[in-house]
Amino acid sequence: MSGPSDFQPQNSVLKWIERRLPIFGLVHSSFVAYPTPRNLNYWWTFGGILSFMLAIQIVTGVILAMHYTPEATMAFNSVEGIVRDVNYGWLLRYLHSNGASMFFIAVYIHMFRGLYYGSYKEPREILWILGVIIYLLMMATGFMGYVLPWGQMSFWGATVITNLFSAIPYVGESIVTLLWGGYSVGNPTLNRFFSLHYLLPFVIAGVVVLHVWALHVAGQNNPAGVEPKTEKDTVRFTPYATIKDAFGLSCFMLFYAWFVFYIPNYLGDPDNYVVANPGVTPAHIVPEWYYLPFYAILRSIPNKLFGVVAMFGAILVLAFLPWLDSAKTRSSRYRPLAKQFFWIFVVVCLGLGYLGAQPPEGIYVIAGRILTVCYFAYFLIVLPLLSRIERPRTVPNSIADDVLAKGRYVASIAVAAAVAGLLMLGGGSQAQAQEHDTPNPPSLTWSFAGPFGKFDEAQLQRGYKVYKEVCSACHSMNLLHYRNLADPGGPGFSIAQATALASEIKVQDGPNDAGDMFERPGRIADKFPAPFPNENAARAANGGAAPPDLSLMAKARGYERGFPQFIFDAFAQFQEKGPNYIHAILTGFEDKPPAGVTIPDGSYYNKYFPGHAIKMPKPLSDGQVTFDDGSPATVDQYATDVSAFLMWAAEPKLEERKRIGLQVMIFLIIFAGLLYFTKKKVWANAH
Amino acid sequence: MTTASSAGHSRRDFLFVATGAAAAVGAAATVWPLVSQMNPDATTIAAGAPIEVDISPIAEGQDIKVFWRGKPIYIMNRTKKQIEEAQKVNVSDLRDPQPDSARVKEGHDNWLVVIGICTHLGCIPIAHEGNYDGFFCPCHGSQYDSSGRIRQGPAPLNLPIPPYAFVSDTKIKIG
Ligand code: FES
Repeated sequence: MSGPSDFQPQNSVLKWIERRLPIFGLVHSSFVAYPTPRNLNYWWTFGGILSFMLAIQIVTGVILAMHYTPEATMAFNSVEGIVRDVNYGWLLRYLHSNGASMFFIAVYIHMFRGLYYGSYKEPREILWILGVIIYLLMMATGFMGYVLPWGQMSFWGATVITNLFSAIPYVGESIVTLLWGGYSVGNPTLNRFFSLHYLLPFVIAGVVVLHVWALHVAGQNNPAGVEPKTEKDTVRFTPYATIKDAFGLSCFMLFYAWFVFYIPNYLGDPDNYVVANPGVTPAHIVPEWYYLPFYAILRSIPNKLFGVVAMFGAILVLAFLPWLDSAKTRSSRYRPLAKQFFWIFVVVCLGLGYLGAQPPEGIYVIAGRILTVCYFAYFLIVLPLLSRIERPRTVPNSIADDVLAKGRYVASIAVAAAVAGLLMLGGGSQAQAQEHDTPNPPSLTWSFAGPFGKFDEAQLQRGYKVYKEVCSACHSMNLLHYRNLADPGGPGFSIAQATALASEIKVQDGPNDAGDMFERPGRIADKFPAPFPNENAARAANGGAAPPDLSLMAKARGYERGFPQFIFDAFAQFQEKGPNYIHAILTGFEDKPPAGVTIPDGSYYNKYFPGHAIKMPKPLSDGQVTFDDGSPATVDQYATDVSAFLMWAAEPKLEERKRIGLQVMIFLIIFAGLLYFTKKKVWANAH
Repeated sequence: MTTASSAGHSRRDFLFVATGAAAAVGAAATVWPLVSQMNPDATTIAAGAPIEVDISPIAEGQDIKVFWRGKPIYIMNRTKKQIEEAQKVNVSDLRDPQPDSARVKEGHDNWLVVIGICTHLGCIPIAHEGNYDGFFCPCHGSQYDSSGRIRQGPAPLNLPIPPYAFVSDTKIKIG
C-alpha cells in the first residue's frame, strides 16, 4: 500500500508466488518496512486496537449467529440459551456486547486524537472522511445489534430510532414502513436487522482497508504535526510500531477483560433483560451510551424535523472538519487557543453524554440546549475563527528535534486532571433527580459480590425453597430447568436430588400414538412449571397485573446511583443492584401508607417500589417457610435468600465467569508486563 | 566487553522468547472456547436422556420408527421366517461378521432394535425391502438382512444397535 517494495523473498516457492502475486511484498512494505514517525505517542495505538476490536466483533458475532434465532418469539430466549447452555456462551456474548462498547470507546479516543493533533488536515482529508464513514457504519451496526436480543430496550430503541426517519417531510412515513416491513417494529424488522447486522461489519472491514490505504499513502500524522523529512524522523513499522501497538493493545485488553468478567452488565440497561413487549414502553428510553451525546442533541430541540436534522448534522459536520479548520498548524500542541477549546469541546461531549441519559425535564433540557449550541459552535464558529486569528507557537523543525525536546506531557496531563476535577465538581453539585421520592434500596453484603465472589450453596437452597413454596404460586421461571439445580456453581443439589424435585411435578406431554396429550412425572430436563397457562390467565388471576417471570429478575431491575457513584461502581465491581432491589421490595411493604399518600384499591404500599403502589400483596411473613438448616424464619432472611437465589437464576455462570476472569487478568498482567519490557528493549536502540 | 554484550544479548533473547511464548499460550487458550462452543449445548445433552417405548402395539411383521438423540431407531417385530433366515446365515461369510444372537436381547428373539442410519453415508434404509428381508438403502443400494447386517452394496458395517434394555415384555428403554 505504500508503493513498490524492495522486498525479495529468498525461498524459491515464495519467489514463484511473489512473481505472480506480490502479496509478500505488499505485506512487507505496508506492515514491516513502512516508515512510521518516531515520535508517536500511545494515543496512536488506538488504530491497531480498533482493528483488533473489529476482528473480535466479527469472530464472536459469527459464532453467536450459530446459536441465535432471529425470530421475534424466540430471539430473547435463544440469547439466554446461549448464555446458559452453550459452552462458553456467556463468555462469547459478553465479549460481543461489551466489545461493542470497547469498540466505541476506542473509536472516540481515536477521533479525539485526530481532532487534537489535526490529523484531518491536508493531505489527510480523505483519510478522515473515510473514518467518519466507518464511524457512521459502526453506529448503524451497533444499533441493529442492540435490537437482536429483543428485550424491551431493543424493541423500543428500534421503534424510536426508526421513527427518526418519519421526520422527513412527505415520504417519512413510507420510509419508516419500509424499514419495518410492517406497520410497527416486528418480526420482519428483526429479521432484516439481523441480516444487516451480519453484513455491515464486513462493509466496515472494507472501508477500513481503504482507510489504511489512504493512511499509507499520506503517511501517519504525529504529535508534532510536521511531516517526516529525513530517515532520522522515522522508524520501521516492525518491530517498533508493532511492539508498541501490542503493548497498548494488551493494556486495552485488561480494561476490556475487566468489563467482560467482572461488570458485564455495567454498560447495559436492566430493561433489556425484559422480553420485548409492544404494549408497554419502559419509563426511560435510553440508547446505548455511545449514542447518548447525539440523543441529547435530538432531545434538546423542540421540533421533530429540526431535532433529527441537528442530530445527523452533529455527525455529518465531522466530515467537513478539514475545511472548517483551515489553520496551517496541525497539532494543537502549538495552538494555545485551539488546545483550550479542544478540552472544552471534550467536556461538552461528555456533558451531552451525561444529559442524554437523564430524563428530559427541567434543568436537563436547558443544559442540553446550551451544550448543543456549544457543540455546533465549536465546529462552525470557533474552529473557523481560530484558524484566522490564532497565532500558533513555532513548530519544531523536524520530528527528530521534537523527540529531543522532551517534557511537554506535563501540560496535557495537567489539563486532563483539571478537566476530570471540573467534571467531578460539576457532577457533584448537580441535583439528583429522585424519581417520585423513592429511596434507593440499601446495599446488602452478598457472598457473590466482588472478584472472588461465590454463591453460598445453602443460601441458594433456602432461596429455592422460598421460591417454590411462596413465589412460584404466582411467578414463573421459564428459563430454569431442574437440571440447572445440579449445575456446578449453583445451589449444589445432587443429580438425584434434582431428579427427585423434578418428579414432584406433572408435565403435559404428547401427543402419544393415539394423538392424545398425557401427563407424566417431570424429568430433570423439564422447565420449572409455570403457575398459569398463559399471560392472560396470569393477568386475570392477579387483578390485571401479570406477575413477571423471575428468571432474569435480578438483572432486569436496577436503580440510579447517580454521579459520581456510578463511576466508582465500575471500579468496585458493583453489580448487585438487582438483588438489593428484590430484597428491598420484599421487605419494603408497609401496612399503612404514610400520611398524605393514597394508594389505589387493589394496590399495596411499598417503600421501594417506584411510585409506591404495587399490585403484589406482601408475599412473605415470619414463620411461613421452615428451613432445615435452622436459619431464622424471618421475612428478612427469606428475602435475602430468595434474592440470592434469583441472582443465581439470572446469572448461573457467575462463578465460572469470575474464576476464568481471574486467570485471564493474571495472564494479561504478566503479558502486558512482558510486552512493556520487550518494547523498551526494542526501542532502546532507536533512541 | 564481549561477555557483557553477550549476556545482554541472552537476556534480550530470553525476553523475546518469553513474550512470544506468552502470546502463543494466550492465543491457544483463546481458541479453546471458540471451538468448544460448537459441541452440543446443555439443552441438547439434556434432551438426549433415555426414552421409553411401548412396543405392545407392534404386531408381528411390523416395525415402528422412533427418534432418540435425533437418530431414527427401528423397532421391528420379526416374523418366524425372518428370525430363521437371520440365524441360518453362515456368519463367517458376512462382511461384518456377527451372529444374530449378538444383535438381539436374549429371550426377545423377535425384537430387532437398530439405529436406522446406513453405515455407508448416513441415509435412512427402508424396512422390509431388498433381497434379504431386511432393509434397503435407496441412496447407493446397500442391503441389510433381517438382523440389520450388511449383505450387499457399499456400506462397510452392520446397522448399529443402540443401547437399550427391556423394562418389561412390552416396554423398552432406549439410551
Ligand atoms: S448411504 Fe446407504 S448406500 Fe450410501
